[in-house]
This record gives sequence, C-alpha cells and structure tokens, in this order.
Amino acid sequence: MSKIKAENVNVYYGSKQALFDVSIDIAEKEVTALIGPSGCGKSTFLRCLNRMNDVIEICRVEGSIKMDNLELNSRKLDVVRLRENVGMVFQKPNPFPKTIYENVAYGPTIHGIAQSKEEMDQIVETSLKKAALWNEVKDRLDEIGTGLSGGQQQRLCIARAISVSPEVILMDEPCSALDPIATAQIEELIDDLKKEVTIVIVTHSMSQAARVSQKTGFFHLGKLIEFGPTDKIFKNPDNQQTQDYITGRFG
Amino acid sequence: MNLILVTFIILLAFTSYYFGRKKALVIQSSQRLTALPKFYGYYLAAWCAAPALIIFALWSVFEPSIVKTFILQDYTDQNLTKNELQLIYTKVKALAAGTYTGNITNFLDESANKYIQLKGIANSAKVAIILAILIFSLSFAYRSVQKNDRMREPVEIFLKWVLFVASLGAVLVTIGIVFSLLFEAIRFFQAVKIFDFIFGTHWYPAKTFVRDGQPDPELMKDAFGAVPLFAGTFFIAFIAMCVAIPIGLLSGIYLSEYAGRGIRKYAKPIIEILAGIPTVVYGFFAALTVGPFVKEIGNAMGLEVSAESALAAGAVMGVMIIPFISSLSDDVMTAVPQNLRDGSYAMGATKSETVKKVIFPAALPGIVGSILLAVSRAVGETMIVVMASGLAANLTMNPLESTSTITAQIVVILIGDQQFGDPKTQSAFALGISLFIVTLLLNVIALSVVKKYREKYE
Repeated sequence: MSKIKAENVNVYYGSKQALFDVSIDIAEKEVTALIGPSGCGKSTFLRCLNRMNDVIEICRVEGSIKMDNLELNSRKLDVVRLRENVGMVFQKPNPFPKTIYENVAYGPTIHGIAQSKEEMDQIVETSLKKAALWNEVKDRLDEIGTGLSGGQQQRLCIARAISVSPEVILMDEPCSALDPIATAQIEELIDDLKKEVTIVIVTHSMSQAARVSQKTGFFHLGKLIEFGPTDKIFKNPDNQQTQDYITGRFG
Repeated sequence: MNLILVTFIILLAFTSYYFGRKKALVIQSSQRLTALPKFYGYYLAAWCAAPALIIFALWSVFEPSIVKTFILQDYTDQNLTKNELQLIYTKVKALAAGTYTGNITNFLDESANKYIQLKGIANSAKVAIILAILIFSLSFAYRSVQKNDRMREPVEIFLKWVLFVASLGAVLVTIGIVFSLLFEAIRFFQAVKIFDFIFGTHWYPAKTFVRDGQPDPELMKDAFGAVPLFAGTFFIAFIAMCVAIPIGLLSGIYLSEYAGRGIRKYAKPIIEILAGIPTVVYGFFAALTVGPFVKEIGNAMGLEVSAESALAAGAVMGVMIIPFISSLSDDVMTAVPQNLRDGSYAMGATKSETVKKVIFPAALPGIVGSILLAVSRAVGETMIVVMASGLAANLTMNPLESTSTITAQIVVILIGDQQFGDPKTQSAFALGISLFIVTLLLNVIALSVVKKYREKYE
C-alpha cells in the first residue's frame, strides 16, 4: 500500500534546478532506499517529505507530494503536525546539548503527548528500548547526550525521532559517520522499526541499500533514473546507468 | 644623532636581507641550500639589527643615570637632600641646553660644562661601540652564511624570541600599572584607615583640603567613605543592565534566528554603529536630552526629580551597551551548529521553541559572557555619569536623585589643582584599585560560569 506518492517534483535552489520531475511511490511499512552519487538530489528529495527545505530561504519546491492523500507541498499544511508524523535522522548525529532523557522527551514535550511524569518516563523508556539503547544508558539518563559515542548518539537521535510515534522516518545517510559495528547495529534497528513505520533512507553505501531495503530508487543528476524492488535494481536493472552505478563503473 | 643611527641600522638590515638572499642564490649554484633563500636574508638581517638595537636601547636607558651620577659626584660633600640634588641636576641640564634663566654660579657653570663634555664622550662612544658591534655581528653572520650553515632554525628561534619579548612587554606594563596603583593606594591607606574607606558612608574629599598644613585626622575619618560610590556605581550599572539585557538579547535572537538575510545584512552594522558612538556624545545626549526629559515627566507626575538623575545616566548607558549584548549574543547563537536547529525543526518544533529549548541553552555560555562583559563596561563607564548624573556622592537608592560613581569621582579628584602627596589625590588610586578588583572579580566569575556551562553542554 502506498504511503507517500510524489508526482513531478521539481526543486530549485535559487535559479539552479536540483530535482527534475521526480515521481515515486513509497510503500507503507517498508524500507525504501535512495541511492546515487553525491549531489544527485536524493537528500533534497528526502527533505521535501518533511518540508525541511522550508528552512533554506532560496529553496522552491514544485509538484505534488501526497501522504495518505494529504498534500504536503501546500502552503496550508501544518508543518508542525507533519513533522510529528514524519521523523528525521540526520547524517551527523545531532543530539541536543541536553541530558539523554531530555533529548528523548523533547518531541513529546513540544507536542504535549505525555500527560504525566510517569507517562513521559514510559515514552522515554520505550523509545530508548526500540532504539536498542536502553540497556546502555538506563543508569545515566541524566548525563549529557553529546557525551555518548557516535553510534550511541545516532541511536539516541533515532530514539528521539520515534518518541512521538511517527508514521514515517526519514534517514539521511544515518551511518556515514559511524564505524562498521555501529552501522550494523543501526541497520538491525532499521529492520526492526519497519514493522511499525515506513522508512526512507538515503545512503551512499550500495551494500547497505541492498541489506536493509525492499525498494530502491537510483538518482542521477537530479533525476530518478530507476525505481523498483531492491532485488531487481541490484541484480537486473532495466537502465544501463543504474547497471553502471551498481557495478561501480561510476559514482 | 640617535635617529640617524637607528635609521642607519635599519637600512643596513634591509640591505643585508637582500644581500643574504643574493648570496644564497650564489651558493645554490654549487651546493644544496639548507633553507629557502629568504631565510639567508632573514638571518643576516636579524644578526645585523638585533644586537645593535639591543645595545642601543640599553645604552639609552642607562646613559642618563650614569651621567647624572658623574655630575652629582661633585656635590656629595655638601650634605644635600635627594630633592635638592635633583633640583641641581635639573638646573645643570637646563644650563647646558641654554634654557636656564636663574643665577649662574661658578659651580653650576662648571657642572654644565662637564655635562656637555660627558654627553659628547657618551655619544661618540655609543656610535663607536654600535658600529663595532655591527661589524662584528655581521661578519660573524656572513661567515656562517658562507659556510652554508643551517639557516632555518636560528631564524625561527629569533622569531620566537621577538614574539616572547613582545608579550613579555605587554605583561610587564600591565603588572607595572597594577603595582603603581597598589603602592599609591597603600600610601593612601596609611593616612585613611581601610575600614573607614570600605565601610564609611560619607564621601567628601574636598573638605580635607587645608592650605599649607596637615588636615584634621578627625575630618579624614569621615571624608573618604567609599560606600556611596560603590552603591552608585552598581546602581547605575543595574539600571543600565535593566535596559540593555532585555533589548540586547531580544534583538540578538531576532537577528540570529528570525531576520532574513536582507534585514540582517543592514540591521547588524547599524546596531554596531551604536557601539562606535563616542561615550561623550552619549554623555551630552544624557545630560541635555534624557535628563531634562525625565525631570519633566517626573514633575508632571508630581515627583521631585533632579535634572541630573541616576535614571537618565543609567538608561543612556544601557542604550550604549545594547550593541555589545545584541551583537555578541547574535554571534554566539549564529555559531550554534545548523544541525541542532535542523534536529529541532525536524521534531516539529516551532522557531520560538527551538530558540528557547535548543539555541539559547546551547549559546548560554557565550551569552552570559557577553552580559558580564557588558557589566564590566557599565561599571567602568565614566563620561556619561560625569555629564549626566552629577558629582555629588549621595547614598541613595532613588533613581530620580543624582548619584555618583567610582569613575566619576576619580575624574573629579584628578582634574584641576592637586598635590601628589595629598590623601585626596591618593584616594583616586585607592578607588582605581578597588574598581580594578571589582572588574577582575566580574571577569573571573564570567570565565568560570562560561567554563561550567561549557562542560555541561559540550
């Protein structure tokens, strides 16, 4: 079942066009990987899905992006509500300079989700457990989140993202700053999370895309070259460019 | 003479730089250089200028006192006091320069001739010695250039010493100032008890002035109480901060988080222009515009308002400080990494939530630092207070009355006629050192606060 349906999305940074007529269907409770060489527009596309491009003054998005029949690319959209439903994990772990507890409680606090201290404790615990971080930090929730290791910080960011029970989580190269062990942990986590949420992940690592995703889209120079089941993209792509990229002939 | 000598040394250094570099290029044709050619030039130039200039400086420092000793030797048997000797030496110098107009005794005339003679000897000796040193050090340096010795290390060591001497100079000057403050203050505290100074509530140094005599010790007790000045200083600084902190912080937040690029580009320089306005201008603005305005409003409300009020001075001082706080807090908030902002927005936080919960706490050390810097600035501000808040040291907490500050009183004490040994004059040093201690404490607190938060947030 389709969760997000993008049609003819064009994105401009000032006068420079970054995305050209991208149309894509992102299925519910699956992992969709977006791959492609640097600067191909995959992160730009990802940021359209939770309107993070609003932050960039010169950025202009055209086209239609519908999530459950709600038009995302509309002035009337309540961005706060959207971002409550669509969480995001960034390339560089960016926990707030607050305690671990406060980091996870940040979303529930601003959206008024928890009614009591107990409920908040519960949310923090479940989120950290889902992010496979609970056992490592349960005794030091009042320590500063930025004091954790890189991999732990990234899992803390995932816990922060899932604390508001989003329907979609966007991941922008979540493992590029991590070592192989931390990467494996995150990938395992992604596998678990997809039972409940739809995940869109941008990645540089083709092996990662092959490992974690069910669908893969290949971007090149701002265009979506090919989109389909991961198996097919990696084993038998229709497009020659995809073939070349997958086999490492360019990119 | 001195000017010619120094110019000569410097010109010679420049010449030897080019000469050294040229020599290096010659060496290059037959063997491998130990450093870039310019290092050969630096090496020669440093050896040329440094020893000669050092000797020149030492000579200039010691020559006068040595000449003085020689001259005054003739007067040792006359049982003169130090001050009298000093007077005689001054007379001798004036006579030698031809500007003396008093009675010329034979003795004085003799001394003056001796002085001129000594000066002449000293001058020629100086030139001879420095030329000798130049020849010696240059030939030494030239020989090692010729031998193609290692050039890079000596030059680097030389530069290290130049930098060291520069920073040593800065530190020594600071220490010197502090000590001179301290010694004068100690002399003041010999005349006035330190207890009376710190806890006395009455400041009126003018009344201790007695023509040609010692002031009454009873009067001294009650004239140098610094409490009104400290109270006035902090009171006015407090009023200033009440104006500056809210406006400065809010405008800093606006500039860093809300203002579009276009607005920021113009608004920030305009606010920083406020910091460039001379404080005298703020002073007469406070005295001629704000003061009377406050008085008029107060009178209209049926209040007794002095034309020179703490409120006017404090408010204008606050305006003066706004750019410090807004510009610095804007800088530290802009420096908060964009990815923290993104993280917060991606959680669905609004701009104000992001500012309140993420940006502001992360920037807090810098903001606290900027505020404390502004406080030291307010405490040390002089001109506005002198012009707008009067010079009478009233002990009052009423912002509508006139009051005075430490800095303003120092001005009052040191303008006009003054006698150096007078406690009234020395009290300026005591005030100066207490002001120094207060600002120092503020800075120490600021640093430790910043450090504490930095530990917490990094």
